[in-house]
Amino acid sequence: MWQVIYEELRDQGLEIIAVAFDTAGRAAVEPKIRATDIAERPAMLAGLMGWDDALWARQAPPTYPCLIDETHLVAELYGMNNVPQAVWIDEQGRIVRPAESAGTIDMVRHLNRETLELPDAAVAEGAQARNAYIEALRNWVHHGADSPYVLPAAEVKRRLRGPGESEVLAATHVKLGRHFYAKGALAQAKKHFDQAVTLCPESWNYRRQSMMLDPENVGQLNAGPDFWAAVDALGDTPYYPPADLAPVR
Amino acid sequence: MTTILYDDRESAVDARADGAHLWLEAEALERATGWKLEPQGLCRGDACVQTRADWRDDAGRVDLAAFAAHLGQPMIADADTVAFGASVNARRDDLLSTQAPDFTLPDLDGTLHSLSDYRGKKVFLYSWGSY
Repeated sequence: MWQVIYEELRDQGLEIIAVAFDTAGRAAVEPKIRATDIAERPAMLAGLMGWDDALWARQAPPTYPCLIDETHLVAELYGMNNVPQAVWIDEQGRIVRPAESAGTIDMVRHLNRETLELPDAAVAEGAQARNAYIEALRNWVHHGADSPYVLPAAEVKRRLRGPGESEVLAATHVKLGRHFYAKGALAQAKKHFDQAVTLCPESWNYRRQSMMLDPENVGQLNAGPDFWAAVDALGDTPYYPPADLAPVR
Repeated sequence: MTTILYDDRESAVDARADGAHLWLEAEALERATGWKLEPQGLCRGDACVQTRADWRDDAGRVDLAAFAAHLGQPMIADADTVAFGASVNARRDDLLSTQAPDFTLPDLDGTLHSLSDYRGKKVFLYSWGSY
């Protein structure tokens, strides 16, 4: 979906890098990116992610790098606990906005679980959040370091959750999990992903990945009973905390 | 044969597990981890760590478990595979600098891309999953 934005902003110095946290690797990722599937992606996804009709109609296969991250390494490096999340990095390689929801709001809560439909009001709210985020991105590309959306280093550090022992241990389990998955040892792989989830219960990436490890589930949208039970267990905590776009001095 | 997962390396080595210890020949250690046994200690890039006496056995092997523990790296063994993770301090140092940590990953065609390849551009790095 970001191809539309890329085409608009690449000549002004923006590069987009997409990273897929998918232990099943290319098998899971390729069908979601290559041209033939783009038109068949469910409209539900548009509403869920806040893409309005105008943008959705212009979707095209990406020409920016789309990378495959089987061990969720970038999630660990950047403190990403869910997808989709985004980080902004300036020309000197500094983080100017650390990991946050990439323009999505907590739409998952409004989804009708039987029909996978969204109420119109929710769709409108989602589009508004999405467009505000895109506006912020445009502003950064146009104004660089002067953009109010560029966070001072102190604020970047404040928002960054430094990993603890649980996080690095969980990431090591994921490394093992991916290794066993690649060897076809599914039960062993799942055991390590489950350990990672126990260690990092707030990581939706690990949780959703572990639910989707069966080869027959590869590439499917995770909308089964286990997933919904986990979402309900959040209570009032958002599934996708929206990006806090307020400028910080 | 033991499979060692260290950083993004995967190596098959002869390793002797003995309680909490994991003994490797110096050559195997270097192959598996990139750390080379020099007179001044175990060295990698511009880092050198003085080797402690109890990290060596009589045959001159090195206890990778003890060395990793010294560096704060978690170690998890399962059957014949031993995986090592990053230390909390290494991860925290990255983040405190607010420098974006570098990484290298393949695209759909298998071509490797590093974040550092794009220095000089504004980078919008976003994550997604097929699930």
